Amino acid sequence: MRGLRIGLFPNFSAVDTGVRRTFTCRCVRKTNKKSASFLSIHHSLPNFSSYSCSAALSVMAEEEKKSFDENEAASLVKELRGNIKSNKTKSYDWRVSQLESIRKMIVENEKEIAKALYDDLSKPEFEAFISEISNAKSSCELALKELKHWMKPEKAKTSISTFPSSAEIVSEPLGVVLVISTWNFPFLLSVDPVIGAIAAGNAVVLKPSEISPATSSLLVNLFDKYLDKSAVRVVEGAVPETSALLEQKWDKILYTGSSRVGRIVMTAAAKHLTPVILELGGKCPAIVDSNVNLQVATRRIIAGKWQCNNGQACIGVDYVITTKDFAPKLIDALRKELEDCFGRNPMESKDISRIVSLNHFTRLERLLDEDNVSNKIVLGGQRDQNKLRMAPTILLDVPKDSQIMQDEIFGPLLPIITVENVKDSFDAINSKPKPLAAYLFTNDEKLKESFVQNVSAGGMLINDTILHVTVDTLPFGGVEESGMGSYHGKFSFDAFSHKKAVLYRSFNGDASIRYPPYTESKKKLMKALISDGIFGMLLALIGWSKD
Amino acid sequence: MESELESMREYFKSGKTRSVSWRLSQLKGLLLFIKEKEAEIFEALKKDLGKHPVEAFRDEVGTLIKSINFALKGLKNWMSSEKVKLPKIAVLSSAKLVPQPLGLVLIISSWNFPLGLSLEPLIGAIAAGNTMVLKPSEMAPACSSLLANVMTTYLDTKAIKVIQGGPSIGEQLLQQKWDKIFFTGSALVGRIVMSAAVKHLTPVVLELGGKCPAVVDSFSSSWDKQVAVNRIAVSKFGNCAGQACIAIDYILVEKKFASNLVELMKASIKNMFGDNPRESNTIARIINKHHFLRLKNLLSDLAVQKSVVYGGSMDEENLFIEPTILLDPPLQSEIMTDEIFGPLLPIITLDMVEDSIEFINSKPKALAIYAFTKNEQFKRRIEAETSSGSLVFNDAVIQYAVDTLPFGGIGESGIGRYHGKFSFDTFTHHKAVTTRSFLTDFWFRFPPWNGQKLMLFETVYNFDYLGILLVILGLKRCKRNLDVI
Repeated sequence: MRGLRIGLFPNFSAVDTGVRRTFTCRCVRKTNKKSASFLSIHHSLPNFSSYSCSAALSVMAEEEKKSFDENEAASLVKELRGNIKSNKTKSYDWRVSQLESIRKMIVENEKEIAKALYDDLSKPEFEAFISEISNAKSSCELALKELKHWMKPEKAKTSISTFPSSAEIVSEPLGVVLVISTWNFPFLLSVDPVIGAIAAGNAVVLKPSEISPATSSLLVNLFDKYLDKSAVRVVEGAVPETSALLEQKWDKILYTGSSRVGRIVMTAAAKHLTPVILELGGKCPAIVDSNVNLQVATRRIIAGKWQCNNGQACIGVDYVITTKDFAPKLIDALRKELEDCFGRNPMESKDISRIVSLNHFTRLERLLDEDNVSNKIVLGGQRDQNKLRMAPTILLDVPKDSQIMQDEIFGPLLPIITVENVKDSFDAINSKPKPLAAYLFTNDEKLKESFVQNVSAGGMLINDTILHVTVDTLPFGGVEESGMGSYHGKFSFDAFSHKKAVLYRSFNGDASIRYPPYTESKKKLMKALISDGIFGMLLALIGWSKD
Repeated sequence: MESELESMREYFKSGKTRSVSWRLSQLKGLLLFIKEKEAEIFEALKKDLGKHPVEAFRDEVGTLIKSINFALKGLKNWMSSEKVKLPKIAVLSSAKLVPQPLGLVLIISSWNFPLGLSLEPLIGAIAAGNTMVLKPSEMAPACSSLLANVMTTYLDTKAIKVIQGGPSIGEQLLQQKWDKIFFTGSALVGRIVMSAAVKHLTPVVLELGGKCPAVVDSFSSSWDKQVAVNRIAVSKFGNCAGQACIAIDYILVEKKFASNLVELMKASIKNMFGDNPRESNTIARIINKHHFLRLKNLLSDLAVQKSVVYGGSMDEENLFIEPTILLDPPLQSEIMTDEIFGPLLPIITLDMVEDSIEFINSKPKALAIYAFTKNEQFKRRIEAETSSGSLVFNDAVIQYAVDTLPFGGIGESGIGRYHGKFSFDTFTHHKAVTTRSFLTDFWFRFPPWNGQKLMLFETVYNFDYLGILLVILGLKRCKRNLDVI
């Protein structure tokens, strides 16, 4: 989840920007008229040489790029603020109509979405379906089903000191919110927060990642076609566009990506006192005890590593910790199960995603080629830079201070760290920043309990991986370096709502003790009211107080 | 400072602060401090702010006793894990939310309720099982020293520290790594706090202020009028002389009712605070010279001066400002653009009381909106069409004392919320924990992929249990073509 990694690797930014540019040309946003006219030219002049065509395009792209600057961003926000003044987005009907459109958008465009994900990441259609399309759809369906219930004010009890009164907590929309999403699950991580923002009645601007250009462009088209443009928008772009957006005042920002950019987002937010939700990553460990059902455990680790966007997932298993004695068995089992899943030559398998960009590919290569790391490979290691493919790779006992054990790996490399006693793994985890997820495979009840007690992480899953994110009754979010705030299901609605405290008082029952002039008896009565309950109060009222 | 904080982190790691018994003992310690040192507390509040003991009890001591008792009563319940429902398909799995302390937290409090605003968040941080540093405001030195020197003797000082000091200490503290920062104060400093928190990605709660309006409808019943006016007067002048973040900042009223309101206000103020409020000691003074001059300056504008219809006298030596009412000062004057934070009360007249909604919405979102009205339709409109931290009908300020309501702002008035269980939640990480068994696993979860597996997933995601059965038995065919791409 690193939407804006570009800045970290300036040498490679040209590559990514290049990709983006050619892609922006294909689908110019905002200027629908322009792109339409271009398309018509394209169609009417089929013989137009592709060279001059793309040249014309890149000029257009330049113009386009310039057009979305701070002023453009400011006028976008201003326009949306104007549009929500009518309170249209607050109504239940509007929210439902938009959520229904999102559902329709997903159902009618499954193929297109899968195609875009394939273009961006070679994501197998199957994986695209189970990890993105159907998750987004079920998230939308849940919101539709529960919305009425979520929107209902919550009654709150009131105490005797404010009697007679009634109180409730009302969920109201925040206003205009910004969602910045990322490239590894470019569809789900864009649409899921937008569902929450709309369910809560906000106007929302989505900035998809430029590193997954096909999905980004698809989102522009689909949102344009299905959703209410006066309140839901997509802005495409890279660093300059994002910076322009971040300059504006938002009522909430949800950012998914790296902790480095997360800091940039929060700094910008501080200027306008905007609350932020940061969905970051971290090194998610998986502890494997020796008493487990090895086949099931290994399959589930594979599901949480290579089957999950080839390790490019914020909750993917980053590294495994197991005991010295058990490590060889685990590696054998992984070898066997990996072959079952991806065949003898995983580089040819259609069931595994590729690395998203050259920039990330070389980053992974660097991790792998470090001294004392490259010689620890026990399985895999094959790579093909041209196709951006990298085979599932397992490393045994890499040095603790190597880069691969410091950075979030975000790729198909899986270091296995060994410890004497499985309990020692807690210290190994706690010596690092708190991860977004922590996994444990064991049948030992005591160990489970102690794991929950002693390890801190955004979420925890025992005896499986990844699955907890699909549970919409659980909040999804990190702690410390892995993020702040949470969403999913009702938590998404809450994340984009303001919980307004509303207190109703009547004009009856006005106690004179509240008002000056202050006297000793008033103080006694007040004391009784607060600490001694009704009996003490009665005593004080008739002048028989205890002190 | 660093080594001190490091040892606090170590202490947290030892797990001591996580136990129920530790949390209960600290809350009880706090309660004992307040009860045993009541006289000292009253004295300190008198010294710093000239608060009358009854006011001090009502707003700080008493409210705190109530909050501690609420936490003591609720703690076990708050601390227990919450079971979470799973879909039927997840057989042999269970999920729960486990509340865990965050670690080491920083509480920066403010001078206007130097005890209340320090201890209210402290109660939450203790209840949640954290270690914590409290930095009280240096502008209320007597209270600050009482907290640092006396309160700490009732508490486990390995886990709870009070660090006194001004902005430079505050800055030093902000440089450290915290697991949460809880700040009460101005939006200006709030921005500094949030910017500093970025370095370590620390979540923040900012309790700020803003201009809280009170809309007053024209009442026909004289009883209603009187009750409303009394409540307005006490909430403005009787709570630290208007130096409160939720105090009424200005009043919005219909033109035709304005003069009546002013007369009633005058009478009510006289009734409560006497002919000479400074002598009667029933009203707090201004915290310091700086704020005194700031308030004086608000009145210096000639047009503003002209709008004073009651009060206005100032005693610089004793830092005392008389309850003051202004009728229709210019809207662009500082008194109507800045948060007043003192005993000056502008009354703004409107043609229709309904216009107040537009007036309020043209300003930054307030911490609280008060509306005195019996018109149900108008109530509903205000609730739906305005936005604020809290909204109170027919009263003011008392929402602070309701433990079951979240207290906190929105937009310029703050981020996050606390009070009661919300305080506990604010200082807690609710960890999502899911447990699976090794027994059930769907073979279709793993590659190599094929059409039947995809269909199974579709049915599972739709919780279509019959469909699952049909697909497994081969009675339902895959209509998709997986090779399109």
